[in-house]
Amino acid sequence: MSEIAAPRSSTRSRSLKGGGRNRSGQTNFELYSWLFMRLSGLALVVLVLGHLFVNLMLGGGITALDFAFVAGKWANPLWQVWDLLMLWLAMLHGTNGMRTIINDYAEKDQTRFWLKSLLITASIVIVVLGTLVIFTFDPCLDPSSTLSVCK
Amino acid sequence: MPSKPVGTLYRGHEGMWSWVAHRITGVGIFFFLLVHVLDTALVRVSPEAYNEVIGTYKNPIVGLMEVGLVGAILFHAFNGIRLILVDFWAKGPRNQRKLMIGVGVVWIVLFVPFVIRHLMHVFGGE
Repeated sequence: MSEIAAPRSSTRSRSLKGGGRNRSGQTNFELYSWLFMRLSGLALVVLVLGHLFVNLMLGGGITALDFAFVAGKWANPLWQVWDLLMLWLAMLHGTNGMRTIINDYAEKDQTRFWLKSLLITASIVIVVLGTLVIFTFDPCLDPSSTLSVCK
Repeated sequence: MPSKPVGTLYRGHEGMWSWVAHRITGVGIFFFLLVHVLDTALVRVSPEAYNEVIGTYKNPIVGLMEVGLVGAILFHAFNGIRLILVDFWAKGPRNQRKLMIGVGVVWIVLFVPFVIRHLMHVFGGE
């Protein structure tokens, strides 16, 4: 069977080269990436819609959001784990989606390389920053905090 | 092979438009996510810095943009579930049109109450 290149991705096959190849000389990376989008997507529906419901629908919604609100939430390990999972899954899901879009629309190897370098750099910075914020958060920065740990 | 795609303009039906919308909402949500992690990171700077920046989210214009953001998230979420059903459910492809209608119904059922309550918060201050 002759191979027909998908529109706008004439050079796609090149990016599939790398370690751990199967018989046809390609890796299974794109298969795992496809599967990851579906699994992380399902988890994110629960994580993100739960996040939106609790922060925007309950109580005073957006008007109630401030430092004390965040401090109250992260005093509970459940919300720390929730936000950490959401951060990692959303960033991996979004970065992988952006990678797909770059592969689809950037035609030159060089353009693709620089766009993906920028994407991956930005994603690593955001994931590391977000993770540090969740783990090093100090609720007692607020002198009027009513949390028991600050008394 | 031509360097520029020639004659690839594809005018599909609702399937193509949901694909386009899934991409556009996905990119929009991704960029919001970058900003949202940065604004949340201000809790490590000081309560005042965080409260000041999060205060901009409470202004009416940004409040309306949040309506757009949540509309995009709800579409991306349930269109994503439709994609999963088309991929993994044996009857998914045959029922793809019904699934599309289902996405629209779930979107309206969740989005309309959200808009009402959120705009009450933004404009009513409560």
